[in-house]
Amino acid sequence: MKELSLHVLDIAQNSITADATLVEIEIVEDTKKDILTITVKDNGKGMSEDFLKKVRDPFTTTRTTRPVGMGISLFESAAKSTGGQLLISSALGVGTTVTAEFVHSHIDRQPIGNMADTFLTIINTKPEIDYVYTHKFNGAEFTVDTREIKNVLMEVDITTPDVLVWLKENIEQSLNDIMGGKQ
Amino acid sequence: MKSLAELEAIRNKTINAMNIRKDGENGIRIVVGMATCGIAAGARDTLNAISEELAKRNVSHATVSQTGCIGMCRLEPIGEVLEPGKEKVTYVKVDREKAVRIVNEHIINNKPVVEYTIGAVEK
Repeated sequence: MKELSLHVLDIAQNSITADATLVEIEIVEDTKKDILTITVKDNGKGMSEDFLKKVRDPFTTTRTTRPVGMGISLFESAAKSTGGQLLISSALGVGTTVTAEFVHSHIDRQPIGNMADTFLTIINTKPEIDYVYTHKFNGAEFTVDTREIKNVLMEVDITTPDVLVWLKENIEQSLNDIMGGKQ
Repeated sequence: MKSLAELEAIRNKTINAMNIRKDGENGIRIVVGMATCGIAAGARDTLNAISEELAKRNVSHATVSQTGCIGMCRLEPIGEVLEPGKEKVTYVKVDREKAVRIVNEHIINNKPVVEYTIGAVEK
């Protein structure tokens, strides 16, 4: 993975596979405290305590084609290589929250990358469920919530190309705004 | 944040065009592998390039969707073209440029790009 947004995409796909109906992504950047945290929270089926204990192991997976699953372990190693950590909490029937903490200024911290493309891609993965993306940068923040967008669109599909273009521009512009042009 | 009024204008414009796109169901399906291996190899860009090109060329007889790991991680990003009544065509190591060419030559002009297929790459 070359950028953190690709990890977000990968972890959010896990939420979708776990039958979530709401996936919430939050990225918090605090350059004064020198912290970057990325949280992917879902209301999917959750993991048992046993599975949670071994989920960081690359030889743990729910896929049936092959006994390897790299997603969580790659995300964890990206966080750890900056001196950060990966936290996972989960309960059966409630959902799962994955939080990665990074040292913001660490030389090995991957760039956040293209979050607009990641958000559009997960919407396309399963348009019928809802997604929230919040990004905070030193106190400024913005949120995009597909429930609000669907309320305006009504019978029009959220995956309509014109809607996706609007959404992409919206995210890019909002990120630029909260970072004061420093993106 | 851009205004939701803009979104409403898009909605109104789209409603008029909606009936035209309904024939996608029996058309060509393009499937991109989006498991960890695909994502790490750049499948997000591949998928977006295909969607953008389909929209740009106003293609209504093909849709693009995502799938999991196709099983040949070293050849990702992989894109499969599934057309009713025809054999499946598997394209490998599909980057942005290849994706655009596949849409134009295979989907629009009905001529598969043989050199990008798994058969040509894996010789």
